[in-house]
Amino acid sequence: MSATAVPLPAEWRDFFALTKPRVMSLVIFTAICGLIAAPVRIHPVLAFTAILCIAVAAGGAAALNMWWEADLDAGMKRTAKRPLPAGRMDATSARDFGIALSVASVAVMGLAIGWLAAVLLAVSIVYYAVVYTIWLKPRTPQNIVIGGGAGAFPPLIGWVAATGHITWMPVLLFAIIFFWTPPHFWALALFVQSDYAKVGIPMLPVVAGEAATRRQILIYAVLLLPLSLAPWWIGGTGLVYAVSAAVLSIGFVVLAARVGLRRRAGAEDRMRPEKQLFAYSILYLFALFAALVADRWLVGQG
Amino acid sequence: MSPRSDSGAPDPGAERRRIQRSRNRALALVLVALVVLFFAITLVKVKP
Repeated sequence: MSATAVPLPAEWRDFFALTKPRVMSLVIFTAICGLIAAPVRIHPVLAFTAILCIAVAAGGAAALNMWWEADLDAGMKRTAKRPLPAGRMDATSARDFGIALSVASVAVMGLAIGWLAAVLLAVSIVYYAVVYTIWLKPRTPQNIVIGGGAGAFPPLIGWVAATGHITWMPVLLFAIIFFWTPPHFWALALFVQSDYAKVGIPMLPVVAGEAATRRQILIYAVLLLPLSLAPWWIGGTGLVYAVSAAVLSIGFVVLAARVGLRRRAGAEDRMRPEKQLFAYSILYLFALFAALVADRWLVGQG
Repeated sequence: MSPRSDSGAPDPGAERRRIQRSRNRALALVLVALVVLFFAITLVKVKP
């Protein structure tokens, strides 16, 4: 056999790309916020370990997602350059890498931090890699709603890593991200829907149509307003968080209303309101959780 | 720029070695980081 017949091994950068580093930044941020907002202080080394485990688990789940969806990714412009569809890596390497990261992160979390946090971490991996990726995403237009739970785990796990138990506050943080996910992703799906349709993923805009999607975006944004204030209402945060959440959520509803109450103006429509909502939704989550941490810090100072 | 053989074509053997070397370096860094992390965790855990 000639040397050229054997494919080159994948670069380490390709393995890193499998972990979806851009998505991971939001995971790490919300996990840190959950950990800092918890009323119990843990040693910085253990806090770092907990966040590292959450990040590595997210990377492992993302690698498994890319392994399973390699064929779909090849058919979409946005994902065609990923390591698997681009042919820079073989599927077995991606699968084994995902499993190794997942198992290692859960084991270290259990041994170093606690087994409740480790169990939640394992559930979050299975939720994303199996429930969302394998089961729901190709079967139901509500895939994003239920799959959004996977992205909602990091602050919950961060909180549990610090306290060792589950209370209403981390559940509310979970619920905020859960309800934030549909308008965030559907805004994206509205302006990349032709790609999803091409590979047969039943995204809401593809299956139920744009009008239904726009209505659902507005409904979830409206529901998010009282939900984002719930941590303050149950006494878990102070006024800094309450005012920030109110302002940010009203802004979210206004932008969602612009998307929800309009119709696409022909093929030349540049979908600016949808793109603005998508960009704002990312800023919203960062700002909301930053406000949570600032509130906790000010309470601590006071 | 990828290394080339005498005939001017890219040398897959040299490219393979380059990739393998960079992967080995990355893996070594990860392993050293893990050793340091586990040592630090142990110190925190055994501290009275």
